Amino acid sequence: MSCIRSIVAVSFLASIGVSTAVTAQEMISDTTARKQPLTTWGVQFEEFEYRYSDDDEELGVWNADAFYGTDDFKVRLLTTGEYEIEEQAYETLENQLVGQIPISKFFDAKAGVRFDTPEGPDRTYAVLGVAGLAPQWFEIDANLYVSKDGDTSAELDAEYELLFTNYWILAATLDASVAFSEDEEIGVGKGLVSTETGLRLSYDLIDRAFSPYVGVVHERKYGDSADLAEADGGGTEDWFAVIGARIAF
Amino acid sequence: MKTRFLSGLLSLLMPAMVMAGEYDLTVDRVKIDTGDFVKEGIGYNGASPGPVMRFKEGENVRINVTNNLDEMTSIHWHGLILPFNQDGVPGISFPGIKPGETFTYEFPIQQAGTYWFHSHSGFQEPDGAYGAIVIEPEKREPFRYDREYVVQLTDKHPHSGDRIMRNLKMIPDYYNREQQTVGEFFSDASKNGLMNTIRDRMAWGDMRMMKADVEDLQGFTGLINGKGPEQNWTGLFEPGERIRLRFINSSAMTYFDIRITGLDMTVVQADGNNVQPVNVDEFRIGVAETYDVIVHPKDEQAYTIFAESMGRSGYARATLAPEEGMEAAVPQLRDPARLTMADMSGMPGMDHGNMAGMDHGDMDMNSSEGMSGMDHSNMEGMDHGSMAMGKGGQSDPFYAKGSGLVPTAANGGKFLSYADLKAQDPLYEDREPTREIELRLTGNMERYTWSINGVKYEDADPIRLKYGERVRFKFVNETMMTHPMHLHGMWSILDVGADQWNPIKHTVSVQPGTTVYMETEVDEPGQWAFHCHLSYHAAAGMFRKVIVEGGPESTQAKTDVIAKDGGEV
Repeated sequence: MSCIRSIVAVSFLASIGVSTAVTAQEMISDTTARKQPLTTWGVQFEEFEYRYSDDDEELGVWNADAFYGTDDFKVRLLTTGEYEIEEQAYETLENQLVGQIPISKFFDAKAGVRFDTPEGPDRTYAVLGVAGLAPQWFEIDANLYVSKDGDTSAELDAEYELLFTNYWILAATLDASVAFSEDEEIGVGKGLVSTETGLRLSYDLIDRAFSPYVGVVHERKYGDSADLAEADGGGTEDWFAVIGARIAF
Repeated sequence: MKTRFLSGLLSLLMPAMVMAGEYDLTVDRVKIDTGDFVKEGIGYNGASPGPVMRFKEGENVRINVTNNLDEMTSIHWHGLILPFNQDGVPGISFPGIKPGETFTYEFPIQQAGTYWFHSHSGFQEPDGAYGAIVIEPEKREPFRYDREYVVQLTDKHPHSGDRIMRNLKMIPDYYNREQQTVGEFFSDASKNGLMNTIRDRMAWGDMRMMKADVEDLQGFTGLINGKGPEQNWTGLFEPGERIRLRFINSSAMTYFDIRITGLDMTVVQADGNNVQPVNVDEFRIGVAETYDVIVHPKDEQAYTIFAESMGRSGYARATLAPEEGMEAAVPQLRDPARLTMADMSGMPGMDHGNMAGMDHGDMDMNSSEGMSGMDHSNMEGMDHGSMAMGKGGQSDPFYAKGSGLVPTAANGGKFLSYADLKAQDPLYEDREPTREIELRLTGNMERYTWSINGVKYEDADPIRLKYGERVRFKFVNETMMTHPMHLHGMWSILDVGADQWNPIKHTVSVQPGTTVYMETEVDEPGQWAFHCHLSYHAAAGMFRKVIVEGGPESTQAKTDVIAKDGGEV
């Protein structure tokens, strides 16, 4: 009997020995990816389209951005271009490289540079902007630009999506730009420069990765900018039929 | 006399020798076929889900895990009580298992019931790395059955976990296809009046919150034991038998409402621990939870096990039948759930005065009741005594009053509530908690950031507990999503107001706009993970490390080493 008891005692001690060894294990510190800020990236073409104007002008147009970074800091490349198909020239070509940080629950601040290299004179600007989601689901992107020569201008982009169904989506967009000083060389007069309003009806064909759309776009120039355009022999107002696709990957 | 002594001696030694079960698992790239799509994934022993691991209470297990992937892996034994270095969380329990390496887990089995295991590395679990654990008890169980089946659910998505995370970060509503449409506006307007509907849309638009934000991840195929609805996993029975169904929700993101048309279910176990039997028509299983139910089909017919996702965007289906090939009708999905203002009541800085009358048109309850749910200080004083819900009652104390998520049984019968769960055999003596720790569940849907107390895991200090204390955790859900909170290594005693009969769980669901309490006897030294079990919420930061300081023998010397980590609480 005592023999059994001593075996029990021994095994009891042994089990304590085991648990001590276990509790004395080194508690490691977390160096896995989970403990690092989540780094992510994405590419979105809000617009990738063919435009046909009421005076037979044909344009290839894109409006895209790519980002890489964390919740706290992202680098974003924004690119917009309008390619005049017949003349084989870029009517507009803007590339922005900005850093982006969150400043409120729904808004980010951006700062960086913008390079315009269309047909004609080039421009370089410093960019300061905010982008985010305003109440009632308006996507807002507002930017202030200062050119190397000190010309300042501002641009406001707003977008609203109306869901006819969860796949048929009507997107309404408004882009407006204002100049605080004249830059005659590139056709910009002081005051309200131009607006572009668009309505695009899209269908999400592959997830949200590929959504073909059709739509109409209206472009208009105002004030001094309109005068400059007219003096240059150009129009001040254009209607376009557009066909294209929203792309995200 | 001598032989008796020898056999006595042997039987003493036997446990050490024979009861050491040895198991092998390989982690492999596998093909997953849901019937809707085929994809590459990760599995165990060549398949996803992996095998059902059958252990015996009281045995010591050795599990050799061989990593055949070209990336690190790990296995976490979900719900098992074991030494922390066997818990399988890379960076907390151990460094992880390198490609080509075999890691041997070794721990005693100190419990019985239904559990599961899964990878805790990256998004391997949503990619298919999960399996079931069934532990046979030492003692007789307080219920009878003739046959048992594991019924393991998941939400298999055609996209890989990494891609889903990236898509959610890029476009938070990437997968939400239940958003409110123009058509719904008009149908609401004709039901609730135009002005009410406009006011309602404006109120939600003002918050930039979606009533349809119930399921972040849609587009999945619900699987049961690896089979899609068309592949129809079937469990056979003889009429008159009692069948124990071990439901396990191994989904990445999806809660399921489960019913078996034509059969009453008796819930006998929750998260591996026996509960006082409750008869229900339907129950909701949170991500990572398990429920064992007993059904008693008497007729020679097939029965459909129907598991609708909480947001009604998808379902899993299986069949119980006397013969292979028999099947029963598959019900239609019910309408998608819509959140109400009550579900937003946990949000800080909400002006309640502003809200009055805002949403009443949409609530399925009378408005005065709905509005009182918005004051979440109410929740803290929940009257647990009156929790017994009437059959089919559209209220549940674990949901905000007037919540759009309150489940109802499809047949109008009894829907299981947490309030119905009472421990069959309490593991711990009831005692006053030594302190309370408040954990606010926080996040921002538009940025797809998820956190605890507004701090993501990457920026957070560990939560420090002392061995031997009993901590009361207060979860305050300030988001509009449901979070299944899972503390590793120690039991979560869910406060349903039943004192010593409070059920013992490993995963506690916290509904939007509610406050839920659980208590933990801090009886395991080491460091542990504590997180929301929605894969993409955990990865986005709703995660903590818990350090238990001290131990049965002081491990102070060791905890000093890591004291530099600082501490949150």
